[in-house]
Amino acid sequence: MDWVNALVQGMLLGGLYALFAAGLSLIFGVMRLVNIAHGDLIILAAYLGLTVTTATGLHPLAALVIVVPTMALIGYALQRGLLNQTLGDDLLPPLLVTFGLSVILQNGLLEIYTADPQKINAGALETASIAVGGLQLGVLPVLTFAVAVAVIWGLQWTFYHTSLGRAFRAVSDNQDIAQLMGLNRRHIFGLAMALALGVTAIGGILLGIRTSFDPSIGGGRLIFGFEAVIIGGLGNLWGTLAGGVILGVAQTIGAKIDPGWQVLSGHLAFLLILAIRPNGLFPRISA
Amino acid sequence: MPEPILQMQGLDAHYGDFQALYGVDMHVEQGEVLSIIGANGAGKTTLMRSITGLLTNGPGQVRYRDHDISQLRADEIAVHGLAMVPEGRQLFPSLSVRENLMIGAQVGRSGPWDLQAVYKLFPILEERKDQASTSLSGGQQQMVAIGRALMANPDLILFDEISLGLAPIIIRDIYKALPGIIGTGMSAIIVEQDISKALSVSARVYCLQEGRVSLEGASDTVSRDDISRAYFGIE
Repeated sequence: MDWVNALVQGMLLGGLYALFAAGLSLIFGVMRLVNIAHGDLIILAAYLGLTVTTATGLHPLAALVIVVPTMALIGYALQRGLLNQTLGDDLLPPLLVTFGLSVILQNGLLEIYTADPQKINAGALETASIAVGGLQLGVLPVLTFAVAVAVIWGLQWTFYHTSLGRAFRAVSDNQDIAQLMGLNRRHIFGLAMALALGVTAIGGILLGIRTSFDPSIGGGRLIFGFEAVIIGGLGNLWGTLAGGVILGVAQTIGAKIDPGWQVLSGHLAFLLILAIRPNGLFPRISA
Repeated sequence: MPEPILQMQGLDAHYGDFQALYGVDMHVEQGEVLSIIGANGAGKTTLMRSITGLLTNGPGQVRYRDHDISQLRADEIAVHGLAMVPEGRQLFPSLSVRENLMIGAQVGRSGPWDLQAVYKLFPILEERKDQASTSLSGGQQQMVAIGRALMANPDLILFDEISLGLAPIIIRDIYKALPGIIGTGMSAIIVEQDISKALSVSARVYCLQEGRVSLEGASDTVSRDDISRAYFGIE
């Protein structure tokens, strides 16, 4: 039963990783931008959540109403003001600029919030649990997983059933021709980044409720997000969820064997899958 | 004399240090079908990129109606009612046939062309509307590319090498459909390497040679000799 428990907990943890990964996957899919600062943006969202909850007394989940649009706005401004200038045939400038952004974010957070670990207080939600067939499942992990599924479904629906999603795919396919169709790629990229950081905000707040965080942990979240994207296969959002779940399960199973193995076993699972299926498990399948 | 819908004056175009167009003067009258011919590398596609805004040009070099469009972005120009059927069709591979058409309507101009009108023109597209655009034959893809441009309800439509890579019978069908497509007061520029096809559907012709206009004339009076001189630059 212990092992089944580890498996289920790992699966639920995978929901959080999928939330980290969905934003990465989305912006890479639309504009071929690898955002090194993604992990730090997750942490920025967690801190924004912390500030909003302490300043207003709102429950962290209610604070999403403020943090998600704020992060979306930051995303749009960041894309239009900075990242659009780096996009072109060369992959290096966006990597360097987002790397620099990552350093700036970390140090900025350090200045404002210090290096002390913080946590978002969610009251009873943190400890509440439900019994399912002999297992005790935390309400928060279950909620996180449900949110991840809903977010991925929502993104998938946006991509394939709305004019915005059509514009995302068209710009991703061929920027020049999309431009001829009246789509301003700079605006479309801005919207994609806004959507990605909106999702990131959800991931950041759920992370902040689940564990303590400090300005330096963004890099680790970035790696988990990357691994989930690559395991699932680039450009496939449901694959990203599967990737997150595989990563989460590998980590909790590893931790079950030896607590020190948690992160390592996740990386090993990632390397193993990369060795067997270099394109990931479910490379781009269009719905 | 009616006001030209599109006018180019002293149009220069560059790719980095390489100059592709030298002081091109051209105009398109309202409702006119114009053809532009020229050998490979003569600057035809560069000219299309300049007109549509994929290349920016010096101020005042391209005017569309009353607007100087030489420095606008392609998406801003598209809103003014200028659409292109690009060389090599260039459909969006991750979009279905129907979505490719709907992207064309994104500029939000009203007019006679909508999904139903395009399906009526090319019935096969309605049958294939939910398929990936890449699963279609070359001729069908060309129909999608034409339909996509029409969905914008343009006043001026540019056809860049629409016969390229298609079977002769398909080319014949497409050219047969052209007058019906542009007959409704729309102006058109047809860029072609196939000279007789270009002349058969247009009223006036320009020939480009090494980035310069080497010939201008009415399509039905221009002589074959003049064309070969202008085309190849041989005396």
